[in-house]
Amino acid sequence: MKLESKIPEGPLAEKWARQKFALKLVNPANKRKYDVIVVGTGLAGASAAASLAELGYNVKAFCYQDSPRRAHSIAAQGGINAAKNYQNDGDSVFRLFYDTIKGGDYRAREGNVHRLAEVSVNIIDQCVAQGVPFAREYGGTLANRSFGGAQVSRTFYARGQTGQQLLLGAYSALSRQVANGKVKLYTRTEMLDLVVEGGKARGIVTRNLITGKIESHSAHAVLLCTGGYGNVFYLSTNAMGCNVTAAWRAHKKGAVFGNPCFTQIHPTCIPVSGHYQSKLTLMSESLRNDGRVWAPKSKEDAQKIQKGQLKATDLAEDARDYFLERRYPAFGNLVPRDVASRNAKNMCDEGRGVSKTGLAVYLDFADAIKRDGQKVIEAKYGNLFEMYEKITGENPYETPMMIYPAVHYTMGGLWVDYNLMTTVPGLYALGEANFSDHGANRLGASALMQGLADGYFVIPYTVGDYLATIGPADKIPVDSPAFKETEQKVQAQINRMMSIKGTRPVDDLHKELGHIMWEYCGMARNAEGLQLAKQKIQALKKEFWSNAKIMGDAEEMNQALEQAGRVADFIELGELMVDDALNRNESCGGHFREEYQTPDGEALRDDEHYAYVAAWEYQGEGNPELLNKEMLEFENVKLTQRSYK
Amino acid sequence: MKITLKVWRQKNTNTEGKLVDYQLDNVSEDMSFLEMFDVLNDSLTRKGEDPVTFDHDCREGICGTCSMYINGRPHGPQTGATTCQLHMRSFNDGDTIVVEPWRARAFPVIKDLMVDRLAFDRIIQAGGYVSVNTGSAPDANEILIPRSIADEAMDAAACIGCGACVAACKNASAMLFVSAKVSQLAILPQGQAEHRERAERMVAQMDAEGFGACSFTGACSVECPKSISLDHIARMNREYLGAKLASDNVQG
Amino acid sequence: MAWVTQTLSSSLGRKVIMSLTGLFLCSFLIVHMAGNLQLFKGDGGRAFNEYTYFMTHNPLIMTVSYLLYTSILVHALMAFILTRHNQASRPVKYAYSKPEANSPWSSRNMGILGTILLLFIIIHMRTFWYEMHFGAVPMAEYDGKQYKDLYAVVKVAFGELWYVTLYVICMVAIGFHLAHGFQSGFQTIGVRHKKYTPVIEFVGKVFFAVLIPAAFAAMPIYVYLQVHHII
Repeated sequence: MKLESKIPEGPLAEKWARQKFALKLVNPANKRKYDVIVVGTGLAGASAAASLAELGYNVKAFCYQDSPRRAHSIAAQGGINAAKNYQNDGDSVFRLFYDTIKGGDYRAREGNVHRLAEVSVNIIDQCVAQGVPFAREYGGTLANRSFGGAQVSRTFYARGQTGQQLLLGAYSALSRQVANGKVKLYTRTEMLDLVVEGGKARGIVTRNLITGKIESHSAHAVLLCTGGYGNVFYLSTNAMGCNVTAAWRAHKKGAVFGNPCFTQIHPTCIPVSGHYQSKLTLMSESLRNDGRVWAPKSKEDAQKIQKGQLKATDLAEDARDYFLERRYPAFGNLVPRDVASRNAKNMCDEGRGVSKTGLAVYLDFADAIKRDGQKVIEAKYGNLFEMYEKITGENPYETPMMIYPAVHYTMGGLWVDYNLMTTVPGLYALGEANFSDHGANRLGASALMQGLADGYFVIPYTVGDYLATIGPADKIPVDSPAFKETEQKVQAQINRMMSIKGTRPVDDLHKELGHIMWEYCGMARNAEGLQLAKQKIQALKKEFWSNAKIMGDAEEMNQALEQAGRVADFIELGELMVDDALNRNESCGGHFREEYQTPDGEALRDDEHYAYVAAWEYQGEGNPELLNKEMLEFENVKLTQRSYK
Repeated sequence: MKITLKVWRQKNTNTEGKLVDYQLDNVSEDMSFLEMFDVLNDSLTRKGEDPVTFDHDCREGICGTCSMYINGRPHGPQTGATTCQLHMRSFNDGDTIVVEPWRARAFPVIKDLMVDRLAFDRIIQAGGYVSVNTGSAPDANEILIPRSIADEAMDAAACIGCGACVAACKNASAMLFVSAKVSQLAILPQGQAEHRERAERMVAQMDAEGFGACSFTGACSVECPKSISLDHIARMNREYLGAKLASDNVQG
Repeated sequence: MAWVTQTLSSSLGRKVIMSLTGLFLCSFLIVHMAGNLQLFKGDGGRAFNEYTYFMTHNPLIMTVSYLLYTSILVHALMAFILTRHNQASRPVKYAYSKPEANSPWSSRNMGILGTILLLFIIIHMRTFWYEMHFGAVPMAEYDGKQYKDLYAVVKVAFGELWYVTLYVICMVAIGFHLAHGFQSGFQTIGVRHKKYTPVIEFVGKVFFAVLIPAAFAAMPIYVYLQVHHII
């Protein structure tokens, strides 16, 4: 397959303006003749659905949650970047572009990232106008903070609930269009397949989660805004319901999948406490501004701590290893996420981890409290400390926090061109569901920016181009063979899952998949482990289809059945992630191959051979996927080795 | 820990439900309340029984999906927290825990502990927004908002729409939820243009959904996971009365 | 006028009617108590009888008194409608509920307290108001002018121990009713402010919930003790 990125010609800063002019427009009177399906109502989905409805398109919006407001964008804490330069500290669109490209370890497209930086300023304007209560200075202007190691203060925030407030803004815009009759909302409805006919996306097949009814929805274009696939690891900071099903089933219908192995591990999460653990909770990265990360110097001390014979506060200063400060004197505790995560893992691998499980390191505020006083620390992190205490029962003012890395975000996703269209004409992917803007590693406060950029300011232009090209008549009814066939296939899969009647609950199988992925395709990977993982995943797939146990009926609310469908897809995706990680014989960003590291243990990129997007094409059940390469061209930045020493 | 659970089981909206007893012997105090339910469901599935259906998603206290009425209180004994943030260390070995769904006419039970909260969405659709199309916003700093106002708006905006206020209220009133949105947009300059219609329409929708009236018992605010203040209810009352007296809408 | 009926039949509108009638009744209590303090004068009831004469003959007061009767009826009727509506809002009750964890008892039992008070008002008005207007009240003469001797009626009524006990219990009920009702009335009409709400709460909890009921309760006790020559 030939991948056309469709990046417009011309200087970087003019590409988007040129593209906007080149894209075809739909006559205002004709917009009501077009139907658009939006799957997912997070930042990308809600903003896209609202904006398209405002333009006059008929939108159908779908979410598996009981309300659009619950999409997992709501959980983002830190903030949203924008190149406003309100702080007069040297920020610019180009600097945001540059930081994002570099932060992504040079595995993202220049054109896309520059557009993202350009529209970032419009996002803030839009959100403020909606009534999003961003933090303010006393004079009434917007406040900013520096975030994720950025050297400028360009992060806008609403307490520790920025994602929630941005989502509620987009949700309110969506609600307004529901009231206007331009958006029809389908909650507790899950997309189970994409309908492709004549080489174009024609609609979707869904399951009503309350009644179990399989239904078809036809449209001129389909937008997947379905988030990331971090739950392939079972334990992640994602919501329990986050899944890859919509994207994966679209993939099987012809949408190629970009860079599936690029996953981000966040260093400051609350550690696992037992086998029953269902999810991991993120503690804002800002904690590393004042907390010092350490592990015991000796294995013996670590073991005593694990057994509960010794407490963290018992350990003398010289028995502690502040390993980030030791290894990275310049950046210290503020090294990027991937570096911090990997180092914590190394400590635990050496047997120097703490907590009952041995899978944690300390994040210590004792010095900061001594220096600034408890009041100051409380003002900065009070709510986070409270959250930590709620979950662990320990008071972080008195004893160091325990942290461990956890899967947080997936940079990979459906491959899209500059217009956010996948390789299936009429099918688009927005937000975390696509692969486009973060390369191999996402910077803090950039996920919210991308979701809203795609939904508010990119898709309203680009989808019109496609619609104007095909015309209003190019749509097929839901009783056409293509829909009926897809419905039957979906029903057949459900029947098949219900008829396995094995012995293992689906959740248990999901946990096993998570273990495999975390162990062999997590923070550090190597060829041998990945090959082993591939075999284990294939065996698990057999186990799933022969031994899963789902109680209840398919024609009613059945959460185990929902999960079964998602886990089946995660298993297949897991194998592709392993293939992708095996193929990429280099280390970059979130992808760390142990064979490819500098003598200091840092990621070693291979720009000569791997400066490409790995775009995987489905080849049918049981066949290996076909690798397509989109070569990345860098004209405006110079590729350098990241160094935080 | 050993725990006895009395869980509300109801097949669907149209059937009768009842409390069913379950015994759990191996409960760790580090488990979250929902993880304890995961363990229960795992054992039920293995025994060939229907697992308990319950709403949950983010499991970190922000999405507002989880909704259990635990031992007589929404989200259980802890205040300022959702069900997913409740951990078993809040209970004692040998405890009996009664778990029911939110009870309100406007929140019909879908199955077991899961209820339908679409009424909240319809209330927001009635006016819980600022009418601004994408692209038509002025520069963000052209709207100056004093910090105290921004903070107060944020206090109101922190609502996660879980419905604990309704569940806690003896009248199943949604006043705290509705007022949080009315109040947020009433104090921000962006919300001024529509503040009268907003109050009128959202209150009308709230009534149409079948929620009860406010008796000012304060239970909603105490049980709210985000501790939203009763101040907002007073502000909404003010907004509503002001709107009714001053708006041009003679039809009501 | 559609907007008026629409407003007054909304849940907020109904609460406003509760609030305004309730607060009006609160203001009446002050006047009523102030007047009845004449009972403590120890002048054989002269000041009290003169006061009742004034209250039953002043045209302004007579007008206000009809407003008062109406307020009582509207307050009770609206409470009945709202309670029915509120109960219907939760058709299936909780099997186990622990409301004491999140709200004061009085705030949850305004209906019961209000019902007690309504019964009290009926008894109270039968004993005094009805007798004053339609009963055979003996006459008293002060400075050559004839007055209805309501004080005599008071002495008979408050001479009965069961009647005094009933009064005292009802005054406790009114204390609880107002402990919540007074401040709640302000909340309903949107009067809430960092500076003034604490004052309103204080007035509600001290003046209306304790002092006024205590003063009212002291009257039957005082008269009882006097009638039986205990003091």
